[in-house]
Amino acid sequence: MLELIVISTLNGVLFGMLLFLLSSGLTVIFSMMGVLNFAHASFYMLGAFFGFQLTKWIGFWPALVLAPLLVGAIGMAVERYGLRNTHKHGHVAELLLTFGLAFAIEEIVSMIWGKSPVDYRVPTLLDFPAFTIFSTNYPAYKLFMLAVSIVIFIALLIVLKRTRVGLIVQAALTHPHMVGHLGHNVGRVFMAVFGVGSALAGLAGVIAGPALVTQSDMAAALGPILFVVIVFGGLGSLPGAFIASLVIGLVQTFAVALDGSLASAFGPLDPSAGPSVLTDIWNVTIAQVAPIVPYLLLVIILIVRPMGLMGTRES
Amino acid sequence: MNAKMTPSSTSASNVPGKPAGDGLRFYGVWLLGIAALIVLPMIFSSGGSLTSFSLIGIAIVFALSYNILLGQTGLLSFGHAVHYGLGGFAACHMMNAVVAHKWPIPLPFIPLFGGLGGLVFAIIIGWVMTKRAGTVFAMISLGIGELVASSSLILRSVFGGEAGITTDRTALPKIFGWSFGPQVQVYYLIAFWLVLSAIAMYALTRTPLGRISNAVRDNPERVQFIGYDPHVVRYLAFCFAGFFAGVAGGLAAINFEIANSAYLGAIQSGLVLFSTFIGGTAYFFGPILGAILVTYLQLGLTSVTSVWQLYFGIIFIGIVMFSPGGIAGLLMMHRPLVRAGTLLTVIPSYFVAIVPTLALACGVILTIETVARFSGGETINLFGVGFKPQSPVTWIVALVLLVGGGFVARLSWGRIAEAWDRAATVARDRGYLA
Repeated sequence: MLELIVISTLNGVLFGMLLFLLSSGLTVIFSMMGVLNFAHASFYMLGAFFGFQLTKWIGFWPALVLAPLLVGAIGMAVERYGLRNTHKHGHVAELLLTFGLAFAIEEIVSMIWGKSPVDYRVPTLLDFPAFTIFSTNYPAYKLFMLAVSIVIFIALLIVLKRTRVGLIVQAALTHPHMVGHLGHNVGRVFMAVFGVGSALAGLAGVIAGPALVTQSDMAAALGPILFVVIVFGGLGSLPGAFIASLVIGLVQTFAVALDGSLASAFGPLDPSAGPSVLTDIWNVTIAQVAPIVPYLLLVIILIVRPMGLMGTRES
Repeated sequence: MNAKMTPSSTSASNVPGKPAGDGLRFYGVWLLGIAALIVLPMIFSSGGSLTSFSLIGIAIVFALSYNILLGQTGLLSFGHAVHYGLGGFAACHMMNAVVAHKWPIPLPFIPLFGGLGGLVFAIIIGWVMTKRAGTVFAMISLGIGELVASSSLILRSVFGGEAGITTDRTALPKIFGWSFGPQVQVYYLIAFWLVLSAIAMYALTRTPLGRISNAVRDNPERVQFIGYDPHVVRYLAFCFAGFFAGVAGGLAAINFEIANSAYLGAIQSGLVLFSTFIGGTAYFFGPILGAILVTYLQLGLTSVTSVWQLYFGIIFIGIVMFSPGGIAGLLMMHRPLVRAGTLLTVIPSYFVAIVPTLALACGVILTIETVARFSGGETINLFGVGFKPQSPVTWIVALVLLVGGGFVARLSWGRIAEAWDRAATVARDRGYLA
């Protein structure tokens, strides 16, 4: 039991930090531009596939730098040539544009790399067990992932809180018009933020690719969870996104690891009653419920606290 | 922020009170549509076309129900298929129950129960969902959609797990001696419900509720000031949309004699969004056009190319970026020009643009297919011309079409815009364009 708790906590924090790499970009983009970027998870997927391809050509370490830059460039192009032109049609049109993009990117990826998972391996340098707890080998690569996400997290924190650029971004979060009036090129700030956000998503993809499955449906699987994270944490709140990422990461990891059901806790139901909704619920294991746990959390938070954990605004 | 959400859709769909002479034309259009529905299977009577017509009919009801949300009330939902799917399951269970208990309910009434299935879920979940509009509603609808789709695999006794629930439509009590075994009878059943739902949904747009929904879409704050609660209005619109989506789901269940978790999924939700938006949300007939086009493409393209979904995505992105009013919006743009009699001055520039635009489209298609078939090496058949995906000739042709066609097309589009401006100025002078 203790083994399960320690391992699941480690994995949960890791998944949470990955989610934060994605949700931080999504949140900043949303609060600045009012655009919910549906294609954010697609950038993550692009990162993973670029990482895979570049690793094959030039090795993992150059790919770690190059792939996020490529994804960031694509993100900036999307902002400059797509979103900026759609802006005049309103936020719904922008949201739909990113929705169409997400759809198209998934199709393009499966067209080029196929629908089955690609063989994206952990680099040999990191392919060893870092330590052993309770007979479980913990891979060094996962520690590396954790380290990268923490470094990025701290760097983001410093940039946002301590630099002039961060000051402008923070100001634009709440008062984009005022920032424009003060003479900053808000369009360029938007493009840069969109680019950095996409690059972060791409980086998350590059490092998560070898550990998770790199496949053309990975964006569609992660995207909705990402939205749950930012609604749960409160739209436009970075600390909220951080907490929500960790909560969702931990909850999901623990749910997958636990194998209990109501039947195993309280004994099986009377079999003569026959199959019904009750027997379905009674017999389902927590691991089977894991995929819907984030959405249940979403519904609960919407009923209890509609603005999310740390959110301040209603819409 | 809500006030800014939908500036694009303020002008349309609010047709002012019609002069008396338009009444005849108005009913004429509806009667023409009904007549077309009756005559179609007599002209195209093959099994394949009957199946296609049935699918299109279902898609139209579904898209129209979606437009109650997106077009009328300004609610962008990513989980509308939930009501469609639950309607399908409700209809399936109802059909099986009718057979099991020998209730005297014939098949044509079954879609009503599908509708109730969609409605009940909308009533339960809608109040929480419609608290907020705009982006938040969109995200919540996505979450709820995923929740229901995943839950359907867990609650096996209701949803039948991966396999779904099957039923037999011919086992129900007969009406007018129709067994509903042959596809043509199912087609007429679908056409009947299509007409009924379309009239009901059109009537809904003319009621005070439909009007206040438009107001909620355009400016919820002002709606509050005149004493209505936007939340209640959104909730009611959501329930109506859920009901008609359920009807569509019930029709689908009758057509396929099965309901499974794919009915509820994100792909189905995405398809209805595509249909409605490509058709145009600002006019009642927009979703009808969109549903016909998307279903037709879906049926036609799957046999031609393996990456048909990519073409959908590209068409959708093109519509969002260049014509947010959809096809209906594009068509209706010409109405003031027709009335002012200046349309003919624009037509020549359209003809000029056709060739380079087609070249660009061919370039895009050739590029996509080259990439898609590169490893397999199947020949690309583009309008009767064969291209080998691995030969450099194909790449060069694709590049020339893409770059050259794109460049000339842009020039010709500029000419359209100029001609259009001139025609619109004349129309404005004659008082046909605001």
